[in-house]
This record gives sequence, structure tokens and C-alpha cells, in this order.
Amino acid sequence: MIIGLGHYLSVAAIVFTLGVLGIFLNRKNVIIILMSIELILLSVNINLVAFSTFLNDIVGQVYALIVLTVAAAEAAIGLAILVAYFRNRGSIAVEDVNLMKG
Amino acid sequence: MYQAIVVLPLLGAIVAGLIALAGARARFPGEDPPPPGDHPAAPHTEGHAHGAAVAHGDAHGSEAHDENEGHEPSAAGSHLAELVTCTFLVISCVLSWIGFYNVGFGGHDAHIPLFTFITFGDLHSEWTLRIDALTAVMLVVVTTISSLVHIYSIGYMEEDPYKPRFFSYLSFFTFAMLMLVTADNLVQLFFGWEGVGLASYLLIGFWYHKPEANAAAIKAFIVNRIGDFGFSLGIFAVFYLIGAIDFDTIFAQAPGLVGKSFHFLSWNVDALTTVCLLLFMGAMGKSAQFLLHTWLPDAMEGPTPVSALIHAATMVTAGVFMVARLSPLFSLSQDASAFVTFIGGTTAIFAASVALVQNDIKRIIAYSTCSQLGYMFVAMGVGAYSVGMFHLFTHAFFKALLFLGSGSVILAMHHEQDIRRMGGLWNKIPFTFAVMVIGTLALTGFPLTAGFFSKDAIIEADVTTQGAAASYAFVMTTLAAALTSFYSWRLIFKTFLGAPHDRHHYESAHESPKVMLIPLALLAFGSFAAGWPFVQIFMGHGADVFFGTSLKLVEADKIFEETETLPVAIKLAPTIMMLGGLLVAWLFYIRRPDLPEALARDQKPLYEFLLNKWYFDELYDFLFVRPTLWLGRLFWKGGDGFLIDGFGPDGVSARVLDVTRNVVRLQTGYLYHYAFAMLIGVAAAITWFMFAGLR
Repeated sequence: MIIGLGHYLSVAAIVFTLGVLGIFLNRKNVIIILMSIELILLSVNINLVAFSTFLNDIVGQVYALIVLTVAAAEAAIGLAILVAYFRNRGSIAVEDVNLMKG
Repeated sequence: MYQAIVVLPLLGAIVAGLIALAGARARFPGEDPPPPGDHPAAPHTEGHAHGAAVAHGDAHGSEAHDENEGHEPSAAGSHLAELVTCTFLVISCVLSWIGFYNVGFGGHDAHIPLFTFITFGDLHSEWTLRIDALTAVMLVVVTTISSLVHIYSIGYMEEDPYKPRFFSYLSFFTFAMLMLVTADNLVQLFFGWEGVGLASYLLIGFWYHKPEANAAAIKAFIVNRIGDFGFSLGIFAVFYLIGAIDFDTIFAQAPGLVGKSFHFLSWNVDALTTVCLLLFMGAMGKSAQFLLHTWLPDAMEGPTPVSALIHAATMVTAGVFMVARLSPLFSLSQDASAFVTFIGGTTAIFAASVALVQNDIKRIIAYSTCSQLGYMFVAMGVGAYSVGMFHLFTHAFFKALLFLGSGSVILAMHHEQDIRRMGGLWNKIPFTFAVMVIGTLALTGFPLTAGFFSKDAIIEADVTTQGAAASYAFVMTTLAAALTSFYSWRLIFKTFLGAPHDRHHYESAHESPKVMLIPLALLAFGSFAAGWPFVQIFMGHGADVFFGTSLKLVEADKIFEETETLPVAIKLAPTIMMLGGLLVAWLFYIRRPDLPEALARDQKPLYEFLLNKWYFDELYDFLFVRPTLWLGRLFWKGGDGFLIDGFGPDGVSARVLDVTRNVVRLQTGYLYHYAFAMLIGVAAAITWFMFAGLR
């Protein structure tokens, strides 16, 4: 079986959906939300790399590296905020994070 | 001089009122005065005065009773207020007697314009003092009784801390009453009419910390408003028909109104009769006649001097005075006069029957007043205006005497008013006993007392008048004479004779101070002296000379002539009735004290019917009070609560709040909800661009 572009895009779509659902259906932990965001970014990366390969354009892979860098920075900042939040509120359960409730 | 008679009480009222205001300010600096009943221990008043107040209250060994609880000290300047008001009243009284002599015997009627009251379109109302014989009689009655009551009150209100206020009200009442009797037009009369109503309200509710007193005051006010509604309609009707409201014009034009009629709601009513009936409605309210009488017994919640002055001698006779003043109108309307007679006769028998079984000493006398007012209206109705005025004149003396005497009894018994708890008091308070007997003799019409002449004259006037109403009134007033005698002597026997029913009260009974006994003595004198010496000016041809044009005495002259030739049996009837009542009372309460109870048991329904005052309060409660309350509740709950608050401004704001409350619920504060919304939004935007953007 030849693995074509469609397969790559399908995997990327599944990972993207998992990431999105992970954000919405997660009731436990804010860290899981961060991980879900990573998943979404990864699915985007898969798309970028797949198109880059099939279109013979190196820019896509360069862009994927930039995305990885941004994702790492974002994870660092996100975790730092999380730690600070935990110190302040003593909980990072999603249910408790509702200061904006009207 | 006449200006002084009217204005002096007002001056007294103002001075006493200022003293009362200053006193209130000193008592409660910088705050609203709390009701005195709330703090019996009176810690809120000045501490240093408290001890003195307790000592003062204990000086008479008085128990805590509702009339002067708190034992507060008298307001500062009480003596000054008493002195000023009493002095002014006595001066006013002396001037009135001089005026009485001048007007009545000298024939110097006076017409003193003071200044303009209202000028509006065709309506001209002046402040004018109209002093004719009728006014002179009323001036004498009002100022004499009022000054005696003022002096008596110095003793009676001794323990009350709010004397300046009391005297201010009393003097204000006198002023308003004098304005009423000196009125030269209907609007001025109405001013005095409402003024005495206000004073009555204030004085009934004088002990405003007593809920019953407040209720009684409001009841008196409201029932009087019903009468005043008719009265003011009557004034409007007079103005509509004649175009003027001053008495001279009205009387001059009145004969032209005979036979005229109003067109009202598709039927024609006789104009003159309507006017008279409407005006009489006001008199019914003020004079506590049948159907509008319910306020008078309750008004006894006020201090006893007030009952004597306002609710016996003067204010309640304002209705009689008004009919007498408007006699040129009333004498023109047969139907209205018959109605007046009918109501008078009914009131006389009704009130007397209720008085038979009451147990409160003041209420018995109150019903008696009601009954005697009925007599006066009977006289007015049959056209014997001067006879009615005669009874008003004599009644003022002996009824004030009875009230002030009962006040003396009440004070002696330490504010006990139930005659079942009295008895045997005659040797404890002999003077009060003596004057009360004199008052009773006069009230029951014992020969040679004042009441004998006036009351018999009324009954004889009924006989000589043609018509069903007069015959009815004759039967009623004659029967009422027997009942009057019975309940009056019952009061005397149960209060002063027999065995003491309450040992404790009996032992501590004491005679009142001199300042109260002297007015009693004067009134007792008046109960005799107001009768025989005045017969000539109130009856017979002397009345024509005395009253001149102030009363319409055409009918009366006929009556006077016919009474000369009445059979002896009828002439003696009232006296026989009176003696019969006395005998039965003696049998019931001295000879066989067990009889009344047995009778009350045997005739239980009748007894209950009388004891509950013919169930008038209950009837009115059912007919008017409850439906009014129901209507009020309907408007409150249905109109205001349901409609206005549900759909009006409050309703709209409530709906807005409901909407925002739902909108607010969208803001859960959960991150994933916002993210989800963003996703949906992005998805929607992309979808839209995909399909709409392609076009």
C-alpha cells in the first residue's frame, strides 16, 4: 500500500480533533489543556511537513521548526503561569478556574 | 365687644399652644417626642425630674392606670397656660352675658363685618359676626359652659403632664364654636363646623398613646365627614339655587324656591326639600343622630371635661343650632321637617333604650345626650324652634353637670368607670352625690327643674302638631321620658346607693378638690336657674319679642296657643312617665336588686340586643368597613401588586432583570467554554467564507 498525502492529512486531522476534544471534554487538569494545545500544534506540523514533502518545497519544513520553537516557548510560559496560579489558588483543577464567571 | 368674645379664646389657645410647644421642645431636645406610653419608667425624660414625678403620682396613692402612666412631671408653664386660658374665657363669658342682655332685651342686633374671606366669581364670603338673639343664646351657653369646664379641668387634669396642650385645644374648640354660632354665611358656618370637628378629633385622641382613644378619634372624624359630605352638598345646592351664601339673601329668596325642582338622574326632586335634607345630613353627623350616632359613645375615650364641653353641651348641639339658624328654609319644607321629626323621635327612643343596660358611667350619659339631642330635633321638626333652643339651653347646663359630676366620681374611684364596681359612694363624696342628683332631676324633668320646662314643652309641641311624624315623635318622646328616668336613676342608685361593690375602691374614694366643686355648684345652680326664669323668653309671645327675626316662629305661635288648651292628662303624661321610671329604677336597684338580673336572663335576646347597641357597630362593620377593607385589599393585592408591579414599571424592570440573569449565566468562567465558542465561531466563519466566498 502506498502511503499518500491523504493518509498524512488524515492522521493530522485525527490528532487535531483529539487536541480540540481534549480541550473541551477535559474536566480535570489545566496541564491537559496545555498538552492538547501541543497536540493541535503538532497536527499542524504534520500538515506542514507532509505538504512540504509532496510539493518539494523546503519552506514548509522550516516553518515546522519555527512552530516547534514557538510551541516550546509557549509550553514554558504556560507551565510557569500554571505554577504561579497554583501557588496563588492552591488548585489547578479546571472546575476551580472560573474567576470570569458572571 | 363681640370681636373680643370670639377672639379671646383664640388668643388663649395660641398662648397655651406656644407654651405647649416650648414645653415639648424642652422635654425632647433635638428629637421627635416618643409616645409617652412606651416608657412607663420614663428613663428618657430628664433624670432629675423623675423622682419628683413618682412622688407626685404617689401623693394620691393612685395605682398605675392608663390615664397618666409614666408619671411625668407637668410641662413647664402649665399654670400660666391655665391662668391665661381661664381668664380669657371668663372675660369672654362675662361679655357674652352682657351681649345676651343687649341683644335679647335691648334688641340691638349687631352685624360686624371683619374682613373678606373668599371672593371668587359670584361667590362672596365675608367674615362677619352676626349677633342676633339666637346667636346670643348660643354665645352664653358656649362661653359659660366652656369657662366652667376650663376651671374644672385645672383640677381634673392635675396629674396630666400635657396640660398646656389640653388647654390650648379646649380654647381652640371654644373659638371654633364661637365662629360657628356667629357665622353670617354658610361658608363661615362650615369653617366653624370643621373647626369644632378638628378640636373634637384632637381632644378625643388627647391621650394618643391609648389605641382606643385614637380609634375613637378617627371614628368620630370619619362619621362626621359623612355628615359633612351632605352638608357641603347642601351648601353647593343653596349656592346653585340662590347664587349667594349669606343668610340674609338666602332667607329673602327662600320663599321663591317653593315648588321648584331639580332634575337629577331622570327624576325631578323638590329643590327645597333636597337642600334641607342635605343640610340636615350634616346636622345628623354632628349631633350624633340615628344612623350617624355611632361615634358619640366611643368619643367618651377622651378626658371627661371634653365629654362635658364638646360631646354634651356645645359641639353636638351645633346641628340643632344649624337647623334653628336655617329655620326660614326648613319651615318651608314640610317633608324635610317631617323627616327631622322622625329622626329626632327615633334617636330619642333608640339612645334611651341602649342607655338602659350600659355599664360605663360615661357611656350612659353619652347615650342620654344622644337621646336628648333627638328631643331637640323633634322640636325643630315640628316647627317649635324656640322650644328646641330652650332645651338646648337647659340641656347644656344639666348635661355638663352630669358629665363633670361623673368625672368627679371617676376621679374619686381612681379612673374606674364601671358602675357595677361602684356603689354606696354617697357618704364618701356627698357633694358630688348632691350635684349628680340635681343633674338627674333636671334631666328627667322633675317639676321646677330646668329640664321640666323644656322637655315638657317639646312633648306638648308634638301633640299640637298635625301629621304622622309628629304623632310618632309624641309617642317616642313620651316613652323615652320614662326610659330616661329609669336609666338616670339606675346610674344614681348603682353608683351612690346600695352596698359598695368594690371595697378597695370604696375605701380610697375621696372628694374632688374645690376647683372642681365650684364649677359643679355653679352648674347645679344653672340646672334650676336655666329653667323657669327663661320660660317667658323661649315660649309664648315672649319668644317672638326675644328672638325677633332670628327664628321663624309662625308655626310655634300656633303651638303655643294650642298648648294652653291641652287636656290635663297629656300635660301630666311626661311627669307621670318620669315618676314611673323612677319607681321602676327604685324597685330594681334598691328594693329588689335581684330583679334586673332575672329580667336580663329571661329576656336574653332583648338584653343582648340593647347591650350591643342594636348591633349598629357590627352592622356598619359588615356593611361598610368590611367591603371597604375588601376593596382596599383588592386594589392593593390585585391592582398594585399584580397589575402595576407585574406589568407596570416594576414588571418591565423585572423582565429585564430576568433576561440579564440568563445572559449572565452564559459567562461560566470555564476556559473550555470560551474556547469552544471560539471554535464554533471560527468554524462558522470558515464555512461562510467557503460557501459565500466562492460566489
